[in-house]
Amino acid sequence: MPAVSKGDGMRGLAVFISDIRNCKSKEAEIKRINKELANIRSKFKGDKALDGYSKKKYVCKLLFIFLLGHDIDFGHMEAVNLLSSNKYTEKQIGYLFISVLVNSNSELIRLINNAIKNDLSSRNPTFMCLALHCIANVGSREMAEAFAGEIPRILVAGDTMDSVKQSAALCLLRLYKASPDLVLMGEWTSRVVHLLNDQHMGVVTAAISLITCLSSKNPDEFKTCVSLAVSRLSRIVSSASTDLQDYTYYFVPAPWLSCKLLRLLQCYPPPEDGAVKGRLVECLETILNKAQEPPKSKKVQHSNAKNAILFEAISLIIHYDSEPNLLVRACNQLGQFLQHRETNLRYLALESMCTLASSEFSHEAVKTHIETVINALKTERDVSVRQRAADLLYAMCDRSNAKQIVAEMLSYLETADYSIREEMVLKVAILAEKYAVDYSWYVDTILNLIRIAGDYVSEEVWYRVIQIVINRDDVQGYAAKTVFEALQAPACHENMVKVGGYILGEFGNLIAGDPRSSPLVQFNLLHSKFHLCSVPTRALLLSAYIKFINLFPETKATIQEVLRSDSQIRNSDVELQQRAVEYLKLSSIASTDVLATVLEEMPPFPERESSILAKLKKKKGPGAVSVELEDGKERGELNGGGDRGGPNSMFTLSLSLSIFLFVFQSTPSPSADLLGLRSAAPVSGAAPSAGSLLVDVFSEAGPAASSAGVNDDGFLSSAPPSAASEDPAPPLPESDELLNKFVCKNNGVLFENQLLQIGIKSEYRQNLGRMYLFYGNKTSVQFVSFSTTVSCPGELQSHILQLLFTKTVEPLVEGGAQVQQVINIECLTDFIDAPLLNIKFRYGGALQNISLKLPVTINKFFQPTEMAAADFFQRWKQLSQPQQEAQKIFKASHGMDTEVLKAKLLGLGTALLENVDPNPENYVCAGVIQTKAQQVGCLLRLEPNAQAQMYRLTLRSSKDTVSQRVCDLLAEQF
Amino acid sequence: MRFLLLFSRQGKLRLQKWFTPIPEREKKKITRDMTTMVLARKPRSCNFLHWKDLKIVYKRYASLYFCCGLDAEENELLALEMLHRYVELLDKYFGNVCELDIIFNFEKAYFILDEFLLGGEVQETSKLVVARSVEASDMLQETERLMEIILLFPLFFSCYHGGIHEQACILTLGEMDLHTHQKDSGQYRSGGLTTVQNDGVVSCRMRVCF
Repeated sequence: MPAVSKGDGMRGLAVFISDIRNCKSKEAEIKRINKELANIRSKFKGDKALDGYSKKKYVCKLLFIFLLGHDIDFGHMEAVNLLSSNKYTEKQIGYLFISVLVNSNSELIRLINNAIKNDLSSRNPTFMCLALHCIANVGSREMAEAFAGEIPRILVAGDTMDSVKQSAALCLLRLYKASPDLVLMGEWTSRVVHLLNDQHMGVVTAAISLITCLSSKNPDEFKTCVSLAVSRLSRIVSSASTDLQDYTYYFVPAPWLSCKLLRLLQCYPPPEDGAVKGRLVECLETILNKAQEPPKSKKVQHSNAKNAILFEAISLIIHYDSEPNLLVRACNQLGQFLQHRETNLRYLALESMCTLASSEFSHEAVKTHIETVINALKTERDVSVRQRAADLLYAMCDRSNAKQIVAEMLSYLETADYSIREEMVLKVAILAEKYAVDYSWYVDTILNLIRIAGDYVSEEVWYRVIQIVINRDDVQGYAAKTVFEALQAPACHENMVKVGGYILGEFGNLIAGDPRSSPLVQFNLLHSKFHLCSVPTRALLLSAYIKFINLFPETKATIQEVLRSDSQIRNSDVELQQRAVEYLKLSSIASTDVLATVLEEMPPFPERESSILAKLKKKKGPGAVSVELEDGKERGELNGGGDRGGPNSMFTLSLSLSIFLFVFQSTPSPSADLLGLRSAAPVSGAAPSAGSLLVDVFSEAGPAASSAGVNDDGFLSSAPPSAASEDPAPPLPESDELLNKFVCKNNGVLFENQLLQIGIKSEYRQNLGRMYLFYGNKTSVQFVSFSTTVSCPGELQSHILQLLFTKTVEPLVEGGAQVQQVINIECLTDFIDAPLLNIKFRYGGALQNISLKLPVTINKFFQPTEMAAADFFQRWKQLSQPQQEAQKIFKASHGMDTEVLKAKLLGLGTALLENVDPNPENYVCAGVIQTKAQQVGCLLRLEPNAQAQMYRLTLRSSKDTVSQRVCDLLAEQF
Repeated sequence: MRFLLLFSRQGKLRLQKWFTPIPEREKKKITRDMTTMVLARKPRSCNFLHWKDLKIVYKRYASLYFCCGLDAEENELLALEMLHRYVELLDKYFGNVCELDIIFNFEKAYFILDEFLLGGEVQETSKLVVARSVEASDMLQETERLMEIILLFPLFFSCYHGGIHEQACILTLGEMDLHTHQKDSGQYRSGGLTTVQNDGVVSCRMRVCF
């Protein structure tokens, strides 16, 4: 029997609870609850004033009903009344109700805050603690506003009771997490840090959570805590298990405090002071040594507490990443745990090793455990442990063990849990690509992947294998051969048919010499799968067939036969029917030359980030990170990017020209007038000698004036002087609309009239971009004096965007021809107006003069940033100044389809963060705009309201102009 | 720590504590996910899971599952012991705690938790200190109650007072309830007398027949 009575005797409550428990059905329960609610409502509304006890009882019943999962819409006032009761129990219930059921009813908040204020100043420690608990439980902004000033004072006051100090510290922490801008530590900093020296262990334990959080945000202000933490830690580590009395937990001295001290130290680099560092290393060694000592108790609590400290120490060692000795010891310790009989320890060891694998000192040591980890993957009974094992294999993989690991993962896939198959498939695909030395191995692996786990192979994976095969001609023959063999299997996965269709359609000729895989055999093999496939695959196969007609004229008759059959040409599916009709027609009327042109081998894909990696990142935040970083370094050589140049060559080009940028940056001040600009311009006249043309203007005048300013300088125009005699036309009225079309996409037709079509393709990386412009002459007559210029309309501020043609266009564009031009773009600082593109040419003697806005908008320089919900909200709050936010509420002008919205947000260039916004209907995104001058972090939140067909779009960034511009751009997209 | 949930093997939620602001709808979703996920685990599996960007630590005590969600940088083993310490505190307070104690005295379970954890961080790890402060508040309420009873029933009290003990007498249990329920339905009448001695303080529980 406990020392004191259990309940405080609310008999009516106990009766009510047992009534509820006795309810046989959900309906009966609801009935009973409704009865009780009616009763309570009438009591609260009754004429008779309720005494404190009854009020408490009813409030408690309401709380119970709420916790059962029912809505409560009254009783708040009565609960608030209880707060000002001078009876402890009533106050306590009142506070509990408020903590659980707080709502931001402003009237009530004021009353609640009043009651809290009274209790805080009551000097009664019990009441003060109740009030502090309530603030900590609610943690709303209103409360922070009211109490963020008062609580630090309570925390550091000399006469505050220990228990109140503890509550105050954690209360402040909660307020700081919720509203960091309102909690100003300034003058309290050093006194708060010195709480680490407090005599009372409980006070230190509570205070250190606060200090850790504050340190991680303002490391410099709190850096004195390092030496204090080290000495405190050293005292605990060296104390006997009985020294700390009740703070010893199952023979482990102060495990909570120790872990938190170790966690605090992880906010800082290794101590610079030799003595402090020595002491810390000693502590870490002692902790590692203790792990080898026999346990002082058989209880699991003892070993858990001890190992909690050990894992935290290992985290610190990994964080420092500078003590090879300790790192190797840590790795060995984890290696022991890998074979421990406690499942928990095996799990944690696998998890910790993942981070250890990325350290250069311990990577090799981690690799020695490969057999154990593989064994874990095969034999662990618990799926979550197996998943950690798979993660670790992924993390420890490098060129030396890739084949083994990929083989193991593949064989595990055959029996893997359904819940992790898709992720495993992605990981195998990434490793195979990343560490492929010979691409035949890569092709084998992916085809195996499709064979084993076809259902889990997402589109990204088979797209990727095709991209790679097309880009690497050394593997094409092998791929064709292998896929041909794989298709022989009686039952093969549809994804295999897709890959097979595509690859044989492109490269079937490479194996056609062998009579066993003659064209007709290939075709028959593919066609034998046709009827088993879904519509998209059939469509793909039809395309493969028409490619066959081009590759192997001898199959033409057979294939035409197939295309002509009713099941194709009269297929109920429009897409299939259309393909059949068109391909049939194409094959019968086009000459072989035309066929060969139309059905030419696919051009290489542009090098870009692996679509699989992107998918894995999307799927899984933290686990993938370490490998991603590494991946950045290696991708170039992997995908054969090195020999093909790709984005890299573009960067070097921009670099070689950075000298010109210098000139522009050194231009005196934003107030420079147009003349000042002119004087700077001749310097850039050196550009043509470098084989390029430099066009950059940051004039102070409006767009029209500035473009005029550009044009009549001969060296700035890419056109022959004769054609440049007319000023560029003002931008077309629809060019803003055209610009909006390209905010969320990079490729497409920018402009089209009866004469000319302009297509663009662009790619961006960091603050650099490259845009391909395709000018198509739609007429049969040649354009003469064809010339193009780009210019940046200036603004009052000197927004600079560097645009650079890699070469001028030929002045003659033949009828029906297309000419290409490339612009390199560098963003120096953020900007608002889009650059202008002016095209002039003579068509049949008439001068055509077209000005367009080039779709270069600030969002193109977004780098997506993945972050967890906590980070997001924290950053969001940090950007809370009014000018950092831009918001728009607008009507939806298109449908509100989720996928379309997502695609647009991704197209914007930001990372779309899943599971961040509490409301799943909303979208939040994060990205960093990369300019040469600075990086501007940008957070976005889009709240669709399907009923009202409205959106609310909120942008926050560290720069007001960016928030506003991105908000304006994006608002036009929905 | 982001949240702490206690639920039964049938998936009934017995206690929920959220340490970060989360909308009600999301809370229900998390609760549903946690119960289905944790209840589906085989016995003797490990106590840790990954769920979205959180680490989930759970442990089963008799019929009740204790389950908490941690941020990525928090220590799982320590959280496991945090759950254990909470169970010990409940056990110390209720004396061999069981699920029913937590159902019927849910408010106490919340109070004890507040003494132990605040804002998701450990406030006090000493079992003695936490137990003492919970007891202290219980004593406080008992004293209040005594004063009330004395005021309400001066005659009644004086006639019993001499007969029980010389030390402080504390009347507890539902007299007030009896008082009101008698008016409601007239059927709650019981009798009995218990005395408990501890630390030199005697508290008497009286159940009185009217």
